[in-house]
Amino acid sequence: MTRMRWMASGLLVLVFLLALGASVISPAPYEKQYRASIDHAPSKQFLLGTDDLGRDRLARLLYGMRISLLLAPAAALIATLLAALIGGAGAYAGGNWERLTHAAIDLFLSLPWLFLLLTLRALLPLDIPATTSVIVTFALLGTLGWAASARVVSAEVRSVRHSDFVLQARAAGCSEWRLLCRQVLPNVKPILLAQFWISVPLFILTEANLGMLGLGVTEPMPSWGNLLRELENYSSLRHSPWLWAPLLSLVLVVSLFQFVLGGEEYAS
Amino acid sequence: MKSRSALRGPKKNPGVNTEVTEGTKGLIRQYPLFLRPLRDLRVHPGFLLGLTLCLAGCAHRTTNTGELRFTIASDPKTLNPLLVEDDSSEIVRYLTGGVLIRVNRKTQENEPALATSWKVSKDGRQIDFELRPNVEFSDGTPFTADDVVATMKALMDPNLHSSTGDAFRSGNGKVSAESKGKYEVSVTFPKPVAGMERLFDQVAISPARMAGKGDASVVLGPFMLTDEKPGQYVLLKRNPYYWKQDSAGHQLPYLSAVRLYVLQNRDTELLRFHQGDVQLINKLSPDLYEQLRAEDPSAARDLGPSVESEELWFNEVPRSPLPAYKKAWFRSRNFRRAISMAINRGDLARVAFRGHATASVGLLSPANKFWFDQNLKPQAYDPRGALQLLQQDGFRRDGTTLKDAAGHPVVFSLITNSGNTTRERMGSLIQQDLQQIGIQLNFVPLDFPSIAERITKTFDYESCLLGLTNVDLDPNGQMNVWLSSADLHQWNPDQKTPDTPWEAEIDHYMRAQASSLDRASRKKDFDKVQEIVDDEQPMLYLVDKNALVAVSPGVKGADPVVLTPETYWNVEYLSLDGNTR
Repeated sequence: MTRMRWMASGLLVLVFLLALGASVISPAPYEKQYRASIDHAPSKQFLLGTDDLGRDRLARLLYGMRISLLLAPAAALIATLLAALIGGAGAYAGGNWERLTHAAIDLFLSLPWLFLLLTLRALLPLDIPATTSVIVTFALLGTLGWAASARVVSAEVRSVRHSDFVLQARAAGCSEWRLLCRQVLPNVKPILLAQFWISVPLFILTEANLGMLGLGVTEPMPSWGNLLRELENYSSLRHSPWLWAPLLSLVLVVSLFQFVLGGEEYAS
Repeated sequence: MKSRSALRGPKKNPGVNTEVTEGTKGLIRQYPLFLRPLRDLRVHPGFLLGLTLCLAGCAHRTTNTGELRFTIASDPKTLNPLLVEDDSSEIVRYLTGGVLIRVNRKTQENEPALATSWKVSKDGRQIDFELRPNVEFSDGTPFTADDVVATMKALMDPNLHSSTGDAFRSGNGKVSAESKGKYEVSVTFPKPVAGMERLFDQVAISPARMAGKGDASVVLGPFMLTDEKPGQYVLLKRNPYYWKQDSAGHQLPYLSAVRLYVLQNRDTELLRFHQGDVQLINKLSPDLYEQLRAEDPSAARDLGPSVESEELWFNEVPRSPLPAYKKAWFRSRNFRRAISMAINRGDLARVAFRGHATASVGLLSPANKFWFDQNLKPQAYDPRGALQLLQQDGFRRDGTTLKDAAGHPVVFSLITNSGNTTRERMGSLIQQDLQQIGIQLNFVPLDFPSIAERITKTFDYESCLLGLTNVDLDPNGQMNVWLSSADLHQWNPDQKTPDTPWEAEIDHYMRAQASSLDRASRKKDFDKVQEIVDDEQPMLYLVDKNALVAVSPGVKGADPVVLTPETYWNVEYLSLDGNTR
């Protein structure tokens, strides 16, 4: 591991510790409204200022990071596994299976998800607690967000399947299972990891957009996504640079992840 | 005579060409570059001066003071003034339509327009109009009583399905209009219509030959439609035959045109206002208002409480798919009053609306000067009092949770339309207020079609937070809300017979005020309705929003008011200064 990667790992651990220990280190409860101090600039009491309801921004950022850091990777994992399973298996089997898989992927990608999600929200009960709503949201993202990754994985598996070394392994009498585990999967791994890391910030942002449909993380619970919605107000950003904090922290965390885990794959 | 060569002579000063010619007899004629075409036409400067003075005088006296530009949220759904239902069509109708009686948006009183006078019969079933003589439509054709009769007939034609006409239907039977001379008209109703004069503010008179098919191009209002590009703009030009003159006898309107840009995004609207592309904004959100005030304080105006309010109501529909114990909560007067007491309205106004709203006192805003019941007292924020009321119904605190008599924790959801920042803030504030008395509120912003489906068809919701606008100041305009049989009786619509004694009482007083012609007696009846609503709290009136508008400093004569259309209600008198044109 290079020195840079050690540093990145250290920082990432720190971010995780901060997020996981939000309830201990947070200066205030994330939902507490200090109504006499709305939209305050950073101060000793509120290190990142307060939001439009007088809630401590730092507390909300820490709790929001915790929710998103736990659930967005979980959703990305579900999506990547489904992509590997459906896209990879179809391409590896080849022939009609591959055609069938591609048709399924195309169909999935062409569905009007916005309207389907609206319908889905209409079917869900209104009285679900905020915690359940968070889990439901990210589970939905994971199970619905596999198709684009599956297409990439499928292309890679097809390429590996037709490669010389797989042909040689097969000619040498290697079993299909061994071929899959020892030859195909290690070669597809960088693609899967890349798809995983691409999905994490994507799901965080998608969660923010789903909030507009009443599907995201509901009030008063914060998430990285709904904190990013504050960036919509461009004029405030000029006067209140601390509003960039959620975006900067997101960029930092995603970059750190790339450094720590992706670097090895890119290097290879 | 000037020779051509002299005129074409080389210029020493590129900005001004000075030369002495034989025709001027000692006068020095200066031709700035932009006037050279006039020089070529051999125009004498004295003539130029005279022409300029004449034009300046005319401009001051009458028109051509530029094109006023503001936005509408969508294309007008119709240009037929009798079929108006959406806001954009309403704006076009206001700017183009000539009406018999105009409600002055500032004084809130009826004023003569195309009718110079009117008289309502003692039985309240007939109104006689004396029309303004020598008025012409925008195409130059004369306006007579026949046009009014034809318009009224078209309006009341059941095949036209005019919602404006619905307001005139006081009972079974026909509404008839009859001309009694070139400039006299009588309109007769099957039953008395209280406050009928105000209804004529919505009826734009079309030429008899076009009645029911009018399209805003042949009109009696200050402007007429000349161009429309769907998705882009609606262009209205000055009606050269408009009947109205200012106090000095000058022809109105002053403006030469009004351009309505079709623009949905409010942020973009403000951006274009900053760029000078738009000169008026009628409804600003508190956030955009604050933004504008920070950047251009002279343009931002807070006019005080408007007639728009924000309400919360519970689902009291007996056939709704809610559990029985929740229905019992919501139908309990004590429960509704307790929730009302536990909500800090002052904070809603201060935090959610950035101080640009006031705590509601009742179902009407004080902006409705005549009909607002002065005897009502503002709802005090009193969480302790709320708990005491709830205890009367068997509710009790169990730790931090409030439970009903059967032990059900008090948890319910509140829906509102997503994307409305102010309303989302209100939801979060109410959530925390109710948490203090042990109630868990699940706040769920939904897309508007889902909300409409739930509150009007499936009734699958528990409570709802939305805003209502009282378009008509007269209580008759609220019959569709307060009558228990009405479809906008939100908490329990379309009742065959009143479900509760107090709803029956409201029905009684609403009908009484609607059938009386005595304004004082009507006021007394409607005060009673306001008091019952205040006592029973079927709708929790939370805040009255302030009217927040933007007026470019270049718009002269603007006198914004709290009633719609806030900034251009006196559009005839608006003009633009030289820099804004």
